[in-house]
Amino acid sequence: MSNELTATDARAHEWRSRFPTVNYLNADYGIKSWLLTKDHKRIALLYLVSVTFFFLIGGAYAGAIRLELLTPQGDLVQSQTYNKLFTHHGIMMVFFFLIPSIPATLGNFLVPMMIGAKDLAFPRINLLSWYIYMLGGVLTFSALLFGGVDTGWTFYVPYSTNFSNTYVVLAGLGIFINGFSSILTGLNFIVTIHTMRAPGMTWFRLPLFIWSHYATSLIFILGTPVIAITILLIALERLAHVGIFDPALGGDPVLFQHMFWFYSHPAVYIMILPAMGVVSELIATHTRKPIFGYSFVAFSSLAIAIFGFLVWGHHLFVSSQSVYAGMIFSLISFVVAIPSAVKVFNWTATMYKGSISYDTPMLYAFAFIGLFTIGGMTGVMLAALGFDVHVTDTYFVVAHFHYIMVGGAMMGYLGGLHNWWPKITGRMYPEGWGRFAALVVFVGFNLTFFPQFLLGYMGMPRRYHAYPADVPLWQVLHVMSTAGASILGIGLLIPGVYFLWSMRYGRFAPANPWPATGLEWRTPSPPPTENFAVTPVVTWEAYEYRPVEEMRVIGPGESAEQAAGVQPPLDRAET
Amino acid sequence: MATNAEAIEQGHAPESAHTALAHQFDNLEQQREAGTLGMWVFIAQEVMFFGGLFLAYLIYRMKYPDAFMAASNHLNWTIGTFNTAVLITSSLTMALAVWATQAGRAPKVQVAFMLATVLLGLTFLSVKAYEYHEKYTDGLIPVAGWFNPNREILSHIPANVTLGQYQMFFWLYFAMTGLHALHMIVGVGIITPIIFWAWRGRYTPEYHAPVENFGLYWHFVDIIWIFLFPLLYLLGAHFGKH
Repeated sequence: MSNELTATDARAHEWRSRFPTVNYLNADYGIKSWLLTKDHKRIALLYLVSVTFFFLIGGAYAGAIRLELLTPQGDLVQSQTYNKLFTHHGIMMVFFFLIPSIPATLGNFLVPMMIGAKDLAFPRINLLSWYIYMLGGVLTFSALLFGGVDTGWTFYVPYSTNFSNTYVVLAGLGIFINGFSSILTGLNFIVTIHTMRAPGMTWFRLPLFIWSHYATSLIFILGTPVIAITILLIALERLAHVGIFDPALGGDPVLFQHMFWFYSHPAVYIMILPAMGVVSELIATHTRKPIFGYSFVAFSSLAIAIFGFLVWGHHLFVSSQSVYAGMIFSLISFVVAIPSAVKVFNWTATMYKGSISYDTPMLYAFAFIGLFTIGGMTGVMLAALGFDVHVTDTYFVVAHFHYIMVGGAMMGYLGGLHNWWPKITGRMYPEGWGRFAALVVFVGFNLTFFPQFLLGYMGMPRRYHAYPADVPLWQVLHVMSTAGASILGIGLLIPGVYFLWSMRYGRFAPANPWPATGLEWRTPSPPPTENFAVTPVVTWEAYEYRPVEEMRVIGPGESAEQAAGVQPPLDRAET
Repeated sequence: MATNAEAIEQGHAPESAHTALAHQFDNLEQQREAGTLGMWVFIAQEVMFFGGLFLAYLIYRMKYPDAFMAASNHLNWTIGTFNTAVLITSSLTMALAVWATQAGRAPKVQVAFMLATVLLGLTFLSVKAYEYHEKYTDGLIPVAGWFNPNREILSHIPANVTLGQYQMFFWLYFAMTGLHALHMIVGVGIITPIIFWAWRGRYTPEYHAPVENFGLYWHFVDIIWIFLFPLLYLLGAHFGKH
């Protein structure tokens, strides 16, 4: 979509300023109306603000880490402080940003709208989950402020039990509590998707965003309780000085690793599956084509969720696990590549002969496919026993999981935010700035993390604040990485600025700016409190897109609101 | 089912006028379905939550069979059996409470069954507290500084068993039964307002989802105990030699 105000936009603008609609944002005013809201859209915004806050904290720690690694000597911080820096970065980013990022913001906003429901099945539980999240976040954050934790985000025993004098119990308590917000969100999604679909919205008419959130919710439900009980045991072990992880009492520290990764490996799929759902939507919308092999993409989400529970042992290849167990975990880890590849190939096939637009959301979708493929392929390398032993605990692993978590999950999150920003706020973001920022993020990201593959392969271990000055290239690569992190940081601040700007000064968004076929676009932007004036009846399949050339001839058709005169007719083909 | 418009025409209140119907649902049937599924999903989550402890128990039971056998003999299986019977009876009274609301019995009947459930639950918890106290007086509280078994207990510990392994059993015993007891306390907390509403006659054959879902929860907590009892009290017990 071009930047200049088109005739259509002008009409929309005039219409909106003459007839301001009552929507979920202006239906009620005051701080109380937000803090006590039961509207899934407002709760999504509460989450959006809070995950952004925790992201900024996690990002600040990342900045400090990169700054320290600029030089070989430990001149900014010493090892003890550095241990805290990477621990805080990991805890904030994993538990308080990545895991809730897409499901709790975009998922909360879109799941009911995409299936044609008025709200989630349990709105009060939804609000409760936000309060639980905030309580957990505040407790953990206060642990960081009081002096911090130095165990690594993985809380491995005996670091976290016998050898740490830091605020492990408080931080762990925050994460324990936060887990229940994930569980409640997952519970809400599963029940909503099962029982609240609009008439005609059959399972195979659901947007793939819904399928991937369903798969994510399964992991929330079945994985999160295990980390909860594990962290509880760690806390009790610290407080009572007994327990099942302490070898002095006959316990087994490796049991902790098993229980931790039983959740924390599937947690990676909690981060990536919703992003995959977002990318499916973006690609269909911005190439004007139905997703190639819909049912394969849908079931591959479930397959990833199921296989994800069977691969945790690949984190224990060097932790005294038997070599036969290692071989089986290695094999199953390879198998995860199959459903992941199904998605990548099907997205690529969807783009084939499509009318591809280069709007910001699509740029992030492109970035996702490329970066996720690199992250995934290096994951296959790490699933191989021999190679994994070679690069265990090196920057190769760090680079791999950042390609999945930042290159994958973050790109999906940013792409999704741009795509649905008009729906969420009723305003357009500035497209030119959006594309520019996407480019900066992409360049910055690769410059940050690609050198880390090389560093890791050359033997640079993770979690060290200093490295030898006389190894050729190490400092060069670290400087590249730090430079990239600075660019990435700027690239992420730009959307922060223009999103805020657009809430006041952005162009009014039409009901369906892209235009897309999903139900969420068939109601005004921003939507009314109960989402739809009339419960929609679905008589079409998912992604019934037509190429723009065809639409120029026959037009995009009218949505129910346009037919009812609620929204002015909009035709993207005019632009 | 008549539509709301028809219902209004015929002089009945529209279905949406039922005070229990939340705005996001189209009708009570959908609301009931969502509530029940929600409770089942919650129970699935609980299974995984307890699962971590069951896993730890199974691993260490296999690793230290002698220690666990010796330690489990310090649990009183007679009291355990009594408590099992109490809990199963409370499940029966809860099932009858659900039946009473489904069948539209008088609030008095509903409340009677629910109160019986609460009383049986409290009986269980009191017996559990007595057992905990017994462990305390025997110095079997598995916390550093408190774990101090008396000479008589120590004389029963086989030579190949370390005190740490022995303590591990009690650690798991307290963790598992403690978490179970916590769920029962929460259950008593949840049923209290339900009893209040039942007394006010809110639950009818048309709307009784809270009672039904609470029943599911209560039965689930029972089932956890059905697994805990044989694992902790009965496996390798020397009956009669306590």
